[in-house]
Amino acid sequence: MSSFLLAITIFIAMLTAASMYRVAVGRTIFDRIIAAGLVGTNGFILLTLVGFIFGRINMFVDLAIAYALLNFVVVIVLGKYFDRGREKQP
Amino acid sequence: MPVLTIVAMVLMLGGAFFLTVSSIGLLRLPDFYARTHAVGKSETLGSILMLSGLAVYNGWELSTFKILFILVFVLIANPTATHAISRAALRSGLPPWTRKKKQNGEDNKK
Repeated sequence: MSSFLLAITIFIAMLTAASMYRVAVGRTIFDRIIAAGLVGTNGFILLTLVGFIFGRINMFVDLAIAYALLNFVVVIVLGKYFDRGREKQP
Repeated sequence: MPVLTIVAMVLMLGGAFFLTVSSIGLLRLPDFYARTHAVGKSETLGSILMLSGLAVYNGWELSTFKILFILVFVLIANPTATHAISRAALRSGLPPWTRKKKQNGEDNKK
């Protein structure tokens, strides 16, 4: 089971690294924001898996809760900041 | 190998599949709104399957309830965040993707 967890962790880390392409190259700013949200979601899944691998899940799950809350707040605030609806009607 | 470990492995393999679908959709789909489709649904389902697999593997402890709290929070927050971003993009005037039209006005259906 330990090697299975390690394989899953490496696989999701590779997926996250591939998703960073859309953060770096994305055509509009909204592409970058939503790709950053996906990287954050994969990030706290990786934190939980790493907690199981190290055998210290009691510590890592609190870090994962903090990352989940911060990820949600960051995406909502960036969406409100880049909303230019009052200047130009769609 | 106990039964609960096998159940946890199946759930985590399903979660890894849906996370793979989400990343491929984010990289390959043609438009911003299509990419919100990939992120908002596949990412949520993959996260829920992966975290529920970890909760089954952990057993009855305090950490399991914290993992279940993260699961419920992701279930509520991830579609909400995706909807807020797509609403901001539509209000900012980002046009949705359509098929390219020929110059005499016909669709080139291919």
